[in-house]
This record gives sequence, structure tokens and C-alpha cells, in this order.
Amino acid sequence: MHDDARPAPGPTSRGVPGAVAVPGAAAPGAADTVTVGSGTAGAGTAGAGKVGSGTAGAGEGPGEVPASASPLAAAGRPGAGAPLPRGRRRAWWVSALWRLLGAVVAIWLVATLGFAVLQALPGDPAEAALGGPGSQASAAALQAAREQFGLDLPLPQQYLNYLGNLLRGDFGISYGQKRPVVEVIAPLLWPTLLLALCSLAVAWVLALLTAVIATGRSRVAARLASALELVASVLPGFWLAAVLVIVFSTQLRWFPAVSDNSARGLVLPTLALAIPLAGYLAQGMREGMLSALDAPFAAAARTRGETPRGLRWRHALRHGLVPGINLSGWAFGYLISGAVVVETVFARPGLGRALLTAVTARDVPLVLGVTLVSALGYVLVTLLADALVALVDRRAAA
Amino acid sequence: MSDPGRTGHPDHGAEPAAGPAAPEGAASGAARPSGVGHRLRRARPGTWFLSACGLVILLCAAVPWLIAPGDPLAIAPRESFRAPGWGHPFGTDESGRDLFTRVVHGTRSSVLIGVLSTLLGVGLGAVLGLITGLGRRWVDAAGSRLIDAMLAFPTLLLALLLIAVRGPGVATVIVAVGLSSAPGYARLLRSEVRRVSRTGHVEAARMLGKGPLTIVWRHILPGALGPLLAVATLGVGQAIVWASALGYLGLGAPPPEPEWGAMLNAGRTYISNGWWMTVFPGLAIVGVGVVATLAGRRLSARWAGRGGAR
Repeated sequence: MHDDARPAPGPTSRGVPGAVAVPGAAAPGAADTVTVGSGTAGAGTAGAGKVGSGTAGAGEGPGEVPASASPLAAAGRPGAGAPLPRGRRRAWWVSALWRLLGAVVAIWLVATLGFAVLQALPGDPAEAALGGPGSQASAAALQAAREQFGLDLPLPQQYLNYLGNLLRGDFGISYGQKRPVVEVIAPLLWPTLLLALCSLAVAWVLALLTAVIATGRSRVAARLASALELVASVLPGFWLAAVLVIVFSTQLRWFPAVSDNSARGLVLPTLALAIPLAGYLAQGMREGMLSALDAPFAAAARTRGETPRGLRWRHALRHGLVPGINLSGWAFGYLISGAVVVETVFARPGLGRALLTAVTARDVPLVLGVTLVSALGYVLVTLLADALVALVDRRAAA
Repeated sequence: MSDPGRTGHPDHGAEPAAGPAAPEGAASGAARPSGVGHRLRRARPGTWFLSACGLVILLCAAVPWLIAPGDPLAIAPRESFRAPGWGHPFGTDESGRDLFTRVVHGTRSSVLIGVLSTLLGVGLGAVLGLITGLGRRWVDAAGSRLIDAMLAFPTLLLALLLIAVRGPGVATVIVAVGLSSAPGYARLLRSEVRRVSRTGHVEAARMLGKGPLTIVWRHILPGALGPLLAVATLGVGQAIVWASALGYLGLGAPPPEPEWGAMLNAGRTYISNGWWMTVFPGLAIVGVGVVATLAGRRLSARWAGRGGAR
């Protein structure tokens, strides 16, 4: 799952090579021939088929970068360069609108899925609202709680109420804490975001260094960098956190074992989250850079007198950034709610831990609230990542 | 032929020094000997090392009592909190149980979880990916949004809900990890299916009047599955790590069971006076993860190449 490249369901996929080859004649008609196919396409695509698959971590990411394909292959599939599910090329704002609409639909689906799945939780929600099954609430109190939270209504009615409240920005009232869910979540947002952003930044620095070294000419350094990247990517974050605590808190006493939002307190949890992440990012970036270094344009740059170092930094790195950005979108979603284990080790407040306690306490509104907030974060960052990819790789923007 | 050994003569006929592999190579009729013996001798030392590590892990999973004969659950209160040394290479835990025995016996459930959950994830992902990849436009649009929503759905919540409904245990962890990895595989297969169905040989098959099922089964799937299987082998290591994280949160196998994540959870309480309780189970996870990932890379270099060339 680590290298699931971003979807490019919409306009950012590789409908582009055709346009690159024939800039003026990117006729919309060419983009519609998904199934029809012309006779010439068949001949060209046998070779072009090699392009998209990439190797291990490729997914669609590098395949999306037409530069990793040879220009010949790109030009060789005139009719085939049309993966758009919805046909012809549009103005950028139309595709952006489609994107947004898709995001809204995804959020609505998450809300619906969450609502449906939470019905499966065992136990009476009214009991949970009154302090759990052990509270031995009276039947009258249970009835009152049901009426208060609207649990006596039929399910479709409850669902519609819930959606309506969501549209108004009302997440309901937490059963456990008897406060609006928004009030419960709001103070947790900042610590979660802070940790996620710090980890992402550190991971990018580490990954860039590793990827550049791993694609370098020094054999020993490259080997070492790939080995480090491999080990880092399978390190369990929580175990790394525990080992860091043993070394730096218990033995050396440099950093506190319990984390707050101060700079000193952030170091260990950031490292624990960033190092495994850097492993993934470096993997994706290395693949992207390697395929770019194999491309004809790299040879062309070399013949123009570009130094090996300059080739890597000025030309190949750009192609490594694309899978890196795509992976970051996924990673951020993971950092929002998946950081729970690291938060547990360092006793940090955060959305992940809130989710854990809320599910244990059967606090349905709070669970839904955290779910929606983290899904929203994931979707927003994915959109942002797509925009960034379009910025780095102009062909994807077309 | 970069190999300096005596295998560098495939074109001159496998007559003199090719050893036992020669008849097979000659029998296959090709100029290049392709027998098993030949391939074994050409294997690099890295491959040998990797296979040896994989074998040890499989042995630990299949017959743990051969490697660690003790009982992983036997408690010995007098021997609690022994540091690693003779007799207890990994030390003992709070009840005096030997950690080495426990780590070895924990291999089975971890490997099982990793493999089974990946199979589940790939199976579900394949169904979703095929439907979205082959379906009409609106099917694809709806399916893709569903995949998006599943990706946006917090993984942890899925696991927590399953555990709340079914109770903790290995089976629950397998389902949870499998379900959460499915959308990623689905998305990958969708894009692969769409890529392959645009290639020339599929169009040719269509023009020849082959039925849709034949086209999918014989012409699209073989090309699209390669990258999926490659990524799936890489995913086994991730599944093991994620499952151990659930165990660490106390959501996996119940405590006395020798499960790596649960052992780490137990070690958390004694982190200041028993570092070995934290370090060794984690090293086991990392070791298995590295071996699984390396094996996945080897396989993916083959499968992705083969799948993509079609």
C-alpha cells in the first residue's frame, strides 16, 4: 500500500504524450478513441506497453511521468494516449471543479460509511451515553438519553439528521465528555498537525539526501544508502520510538520521554515517525530518478556537457519529486490518524489517541468527528499534492 | 555475461564443463542453457543469503520447537528480568519466560498474518480494481470515488471497529489489515487494467472477435497482474509491521500468546529496566520485514518486467 501512486482518475493522467508530440493537433477527437483504436496504434503500443509498468515501487507514479518513457514510445501511440474516463480535454478550471466534486463525494462516502459501520458496534449507544454498560442506568434515564441524542428515531431519519447537521458544521455532542465534538477535537488539531508537518519535513530532507546518494556514482555510498532506505522503510514506528526513548531518555537523558509541543519534546516523536516515512519516500524518489537517468534526455544533457552531479540535481531530481509528492499525500493521511502508536509511546495528545479512546468508550459522535476530520485532511492534502505535481511536471498539468 | 565463472559460454554449446546442467540445456534445444542447475550456479551471493534467511524464517514458523525447544508459555518467577546471557540469549520477561523461545514461536502468527492479510487485500483489491478498470464510465467514476473514500477512511478505525465487533485475535487482525490494504491494490490494478486494455494485442483480440471474458482472462489479466503481484509481495512486510502495531496497542492476540506486537506491549511497562524486552521482538519484526521486502523486490523485478513487456 505504500506505493499506491495517486490515482490520476481525472485529468492529470497521461493523456499528454500525444499532445507533446503534436502540439497543435491535439484534437479532442484523438482523446476519445479509448475503445475504437486505430490500426497504427496497435503497432506502436507493443513497445509502449513497457512504459507504464515501471518496477517495484512504480505503480502509476513514474508511469505518469512521460519523461520516463522514451519519446518514441510516447509518439507511437497516438490513439492510445487517452486514459481520461470522461473523454475530451477540458479547460483547467473545469477539471479542477471535477476534482473538487470528486473530493466532496469521497467525503460524503466516508461520512456514510462511518455512519453505517458504527451501527455494527455492539452495545446500546444510549447506555454508552450514560457512562457505559456498567453504569446500570434506569430505563427512564436510558429513554431520556435516547430522546436527547435522537436515537429513538428510525435509522434513515437519524442518517438524514446527521448529514444535515454535518452540513451546518455541527458534529453532535460527545457521549463521553458531554461537550460538542468540535470543542473536543479543536485542541487536538494543533498537536497532531504540528507533529505531522515536522515529520513530513524531516522525512523529505532525509529522503532527498538518501535518494541523491543512492543514485550517485559512488558504488559503496549508493549501496549503503539503499540498505538504509530498506531498513528504514520496514522499521515499525512505535518500536523505533521505544528504542529512541531507551537510548535518548533513559540512558542519555537528552530528551524527555513524555512529549509536549516544545521543541525538545518534539524531537523524538518526529524522528520516530519521519525515519520510516523517509524510507518510503526515498524508495519512490530513487525509482523516479533512476528511470529519468535512463531516459534519452539524460543522455542528451550529458552530451551537452552536463556534469554527472548537475544531471542528478538539475534534471533527474525533478522526476524524483513527483513520486515523492504523490507518496506524501498518502503519508499525511497516515500521519493524522495513524500516528496513534507513537502518540501512545510518548503520551502525546492527538487525533489518533482520541479515536482509540472514543471507540473503546463507544462514543459514536466523537468517532465520526475524528474520522471526518482526518478524512478531510487526507482529501485536502491529496488535492494539494496533485496541484504540486502539476507544478513540478508541466505535462501532468495539461 | 558478467559472471567470471565457468558459465560464460552459452553460445558455444554446452559441451565440456557445464556439468550436470548440460544435458538439460541441450535438451531444451535453445542456445542458452536454461536448466535449474545452471540458474542455481548463476545466482548471486545475495540471493543465496536471502534464501537462507527466508528458510530460517519459514523453519521458525513451521517447526519452532526444533529451533527453540522450550515452552513459550512456561513461567519461572525466580528467573524474571534476566538480562541476555548464557541460557537466555534474549533475556527473560517479567514472569521469567525465555524471550528467545517466545520470539521464535511468535514467527508463525506474524508470517501467517502477513501472508493471509496480503492475500485477502489483493483478492478484494483485484475484484474492485477489475470492476472499476473494465466497467463503463459511470462504474469507474463511482468505484474510484469508493476507493478514494476507503483510502481516506482511517485505517485504525477499521481495525478498532472489527475488534470491537469480533473481539481481539489473530483472525480479526488478518481481516483488518487485509481490508485496509485493499483500496491501494484496487487502485493499482485499475490503472494497470486500463493501461493494458489500450495496448495493441487487446485491440487485436477484440478485432478477431474474441469474447469479452476471453479477452479479460487471456489478454488483460496476465499483463495487469504482474505489477500487482510485485507490489503485493512488497506488501507482506508492511502487513507484518502494521499487524504488530495493532498487537502493540493491545488489539492483537491476547497477552500470554507469543506475538511480537503483544510482547512489545508488555515490554513497554519495563522500558527503563528491561531494554531487551523491547529490543529483541522489534528486531525480529525488522528482520522479517527486510527479508520479505528484499524477496519482493527480486520477484517484482521479474514479474513487473514480464508483465510490462506484454
